Amino acid sequence: MSSATAVPAKRMSPRKRAALVRYIQYAILVLVVVVLALIADWGEIRRAFLDLDIASQLFPDVILIALKNTIFYTACGFAFGLALGLVLALMRLSSVGPYRWISTGIIELFRGLPALVVFLVLGLGLSLAFGVSPSNLTIVTLALGLVGGAYMAETIRAGIQAVPKGQYEAARTLGMTHTRAMVTIVIPQAFRIILPPLTNELILLTKDSSLVYILGLSLDEYELTAFGRENMNANANLTPMVTIALCYLLITVPLSIVVRRMEAKSGKAR
Amino acid sequence: MTQTETTPAAERGEAVIDVQNLHKYFGDNEVLKGIDFHIARGEVVCVIGPSGSGKSTLLRCVNLLEEPTSGTILVDGDEITDPDADVDALRARIGMVFQQFNLFPHMTVLRNLTVAQEKVLKRGKAESLEIARANLEKVGLSDKADAYPAHLSGGQQQRVAIARALSMNPDMMLFDEPTSALDPELVGDVLAVMKDLAAEGMTMMVVTHEMGFAREVADKVVFMDGGVIVEEGLPADVLGNPQHERTQAFLARVL
Repeated sequence: MSSATAVPAKRMSPRKRAALVRYIQYAILVLVVVVLALIADWGEIRRAFLDLDIASQLFPDVILIALKNTIFYTACGFAFGLALGLVLALMRLSSVGPYRWISTGIIELFRGLPALVVFLVLGLGLSLAFGVSPSNLTIVTLALGLVGGAYMAETIRAGIQAVPKGQYEAARTLGMTHTRAMVTIVIPQAFRIILPPLTNELILLTKDSSLVYILGLSLDEYELTAFGRENMNANANLTPMVTIALCYLLITVPLSIVVRRMEAKSGKAR
Repeated sequence: MTQTETTPAAERGEAVIDVQNLHKYFGDNEVLKGIDFHIARGEVVCVIGPSGSGKSTLLRCVNLLEEPTSGTILVDGDEITDPDADVDALRARIGMVFQQFNLFPHMTVLRNLTVAQEKVLKRGKAESLEIARANLEKVGLSDKADAYPAHLSGGQQQRVAIARALSMNPDMMLFDEPTSALDPELVGDVLAVMKDLAAEGMTMMVVTHEMGFAREVADKVVFMDGGVIVEEGLPADVLGNPQHERTQAFLARVL
């Protein structure tokens, strides 16, 4: 063989070395899994995490109340956040100084605060400051919307700036006003670009909706995490937590799949 | 001094585009240094010159994509540089074709042609469609009505862009290096469409590097360099017998 003369026999080719490294990695992975499986107490795990009797007691409330509320709170917060984010993004891109300053202030404030703090301040503050006592739904919508909107504003701004300037110019040369050009030409393209990060934000909000527990919920207001905690404590068992964890995945995994589909489709149209 | 003749006042009356003493700065950089320029109705004017000479900026000033720093621009007698001028209405009357086509990628070809008719001119759906189809026919792309721009070649995209501009029934058309982004074998189709337009009497201002097109189609060729009009006149004169040495040097390089 020619390679035998060209390369010293004991030196491995880079490709072979890479393959060997991969085999070693697989071997370590298998070893770790096997060791963990051997030392785990399977009986205890099944009892604490996968108690089917407890799990069956959770139905149908876990779906009809908890999952429904999680989706509902998230949807309300996301809808408000999206609208707010769009307004803030357009303000940030405005040529009017005060618009830019105000939106920058709002964005920095709500991006910088833990969502829990926003929930608490709104939950207690609105009644103290304005003498109104808003429903939990209003507070969760406002809090999730403010936090999510601050993040989404930056995403939307980046998306608008990613649309080539020629698109806006072409729209204007066809006689469209600034607003018309943004609404019909620029923003639809921007949203196509930022669909993945926006969905990411929706997934984050889904999880942040659990913070609503701080407001003190009535039974029919429970969302997944509050429901899981309540039942975990009542049964001294982790099965409810496993159940609600699966419910969260039931929301988030399909979202990821939908986005991947949309990306593939818009990739074709571009 | 340049050889630019000043426009006689009588002729200025029939000019559809009349640019007077136009200056444009980008920051401290003076890109246009006092341009006087006019296009009569039905005239085809080709603007040539080295890159950075200000020819695209001049074209973009005519529909206010660039705000002139000083000077006056009259379109059809209306002073568009007047702060009170209705720029949107003006732009709807001036078709523009870009080097990069700038078709709307999220819309079909047909929708590209109808969207501004409906949203700007307030034409009905049926009327817009009819006009759009007629203009697609004109540029030879009737079969691409339902395609998305990404599925078209550069030459096809540019012809759709021309059809889109025509669908607004513009009084005049501006072309900003319409063939510069095209593969050489696709240039001919686009130029053919532009020639047809010129033959129909469309008023056209064309910034181009296509000297053959300028020679054949233009009523007037304007040579710009360094932000001024160095020389202008009949294509045969400017391209065939340039008087100014900067024109001669430029033509020696491109021809």
